[in-house]
Amino acid sequence: MRLYSNLSIKQKQIVWAWAFLALPVLFYGIIRFYPTGTAFVISFQEWNLLGDRTWIGWVNYVELLNDPVFWKVFVNTFEYLLIGTPLSLVVSFVIAYHLDKLRFMHGFLRMLYFLPFMTSAVAMAWVWRWFYQDVPIGLFNNLLASVGIPQIAFLNSTTNALPAVLAPAVWAGLGFQVIIFMAGLRAIPQSYYEAAKIDGVGWWTVLTQITIPLLRPTIVFIVVFSSIGFLRIFDHVFNMTTNNPGGPLNSTKPLVLMIYDTAFNGFNMGYAAAQTVVLFLILLLVSLAQLWLLRSD
Amino acid sequence: MTATDIRASSATLDRSAVTKPRNMGQIIRWLLLFIGGVLMVMPIAYMISTSLKWPHEVYNVNLIPQEPTIENYTYVLEDGRFYWWFVNSIIIATITTISNLLFDSLVGYTLCKFRFPGRQIVFIAILSTLMIPTEMLVIPWYLMSQSLGWLDSYWGIMFPGLMTAFGTFLMKQFFESVPDDFIEAARIDGLNELQIWWTVALPLVKPALAALAIFVFLGNWTAFLWPLIVTNSVEMYTIPVGLSGFGDEADVAWELIMTGAAISTIPTLVVFLIFQRFIIRGVVMAGLKG
Repeated sequence: MRLYSNLSIKQKQIVWAWAFLALPVLFYGIIRFYPTGTAFVISFQEWNLLGDRTWIGWVNYVELLNDPVFWKVFVNTFEYLLIGTPLSLVVSFVIAYHLDKLRFMHGFLRMLYFLPFMTSAVAMAWVWRWFYQDVPIGLFNNLLASVGIPQIAFLNSTTNALPAVLAPAVWAGLGFQVIIFMAGLRAIPQSYYEAAKIDGVGWWTVLTQITIPLLRPTIVFIVVFSSIGFLRIFDHVFNMTTNNPGGPLNSTKPLVLMIYDTAFNGFNMGYAAAQTVVLFLILLLVSLAQLWLLRSD
Repeated sequence: MTATDIRASSATLDRSAVTKPRNMGQIIRWLLLFIGGVLMVMPIAYMISTSLKWPHEVYNVNLIPQEPTIENYTYVLEDGRFYWWFVNSIIIATITTISNLLFDSLVGYTLCKFRFPGRQIVFIAILSTLMIPTEMLVIPWYLMSQSLGWLDSYWGIMFPGLMTAFGTFLMKQFFESVPDDFIEAARIDGLNELQIWWTVALPLVKPALAALAIFVFLGNWTAFLWPLIVTNSVEMYTIPVGLSGFGDEADVAWELIMTGAAISTIPTLVVFLIFQRFIIRGVVMAGLKG
């Protein structure tokens, strides 16, 4: 205690700071950085969890490149991204743009759109899975049948299953994006719009020349946020296809599901770790793209 | 007629010509958004409606059950599993939330208000963990849990999420708005640093703490991948893991699956409906600043 009271104010601050940080620094070291290193290390090993870990160099990565399932999964993952991100961006912008212009029961409408964000992906995956069943079970096919349209095989078809699984993921995320867009719209100074009004500019010009350019940081944020979400899609796929995860014929399997399968059903830890490294690199690229896009502002 | 008169009259003309279609436009806009909003909540509405239907009515597309029943709820809750899963999820989400509120705010505060050697390195190190996806860590976490005997325990489910870089960064941003003078004044009053953080700084960032609490709680309540990996025994499942297995087991008894889904969803929906304004503000804050 005497030692402490002899310290200068500045030195005391240093002691306090490190006292506060000691546990968190340990946590980040042991629970974040060390496992990250381990993941890289395991990706160069062959290990079935029971036997010995043997170094095999780049074999896992080479195997990955020659694995047709991996390429199928790779394409699927980007399909989720390339359909999901633009679709949710445009839809949420249109909703936010119009909702922003309404005062009557504004809060109520906003609540309707936001509610799905508060649900759990697992629960909603099961609800949508029920919607997609064939007649006489599924809601969608029952509705189609009632107006005389032939049935659609949603989850049983290799072409329809991926968009069908993606739909609830887009649906659940819309509310969040709408809210973020509305905050972005509110932040645009009213004076720009007034100036445009005085100049007699049409709404399309206002939208494309004022609103959208000024929303750029918001748009970048939403694109990156939802891209990362779609690249990591798992809960919806797993729960909508539990009888054959990622099926039919791997047509819905995303990278995270392949990782889960390889590691915890196949116990091929090295191969799974190599897949996680690929996922890491993809996400890193997306994050770097965000930094780059925001810097040029 | 002077120029002003002409302008005035053309303005009134303009208005009378424009107001009506404009109002019409607003009404159409409102109606379309209303229809869209109703469609948005349909999956939730059907989930709840089906959970209140008798089995023979499940394939009927009507939203209002003809003879509502809570039979499905008594059946699903009867064997106690949903009860355990619910309690497990509550305990795990609550402890994780408290841990994040304490540690993220303490670290955010320290990085924001203290000047000490290593500050920049710690900040960048924590921030960089945002780039590491959970999916990359689950395999090492599993191996770690296996060798330390953490598998299939509350601690095993919780430990990865006890602190988050997102929360730390969010809190740091908010502490920027706390004036240094307040902290200096408290120091002169003889409070120690821990007291200053707790009694002076924390009360000033309550909105941020609330926003963080919402995010962390919701995130842990709905978390699936890691709890699925780390739990083995049915009693240790969280609600999403339990529901996933229950869905398979119930097979085609969709009214029971919808009941399970409703049990896992209704609590967050109720909380949202009560604190709606507050939660939306929090989500915007966390989304934009975090």
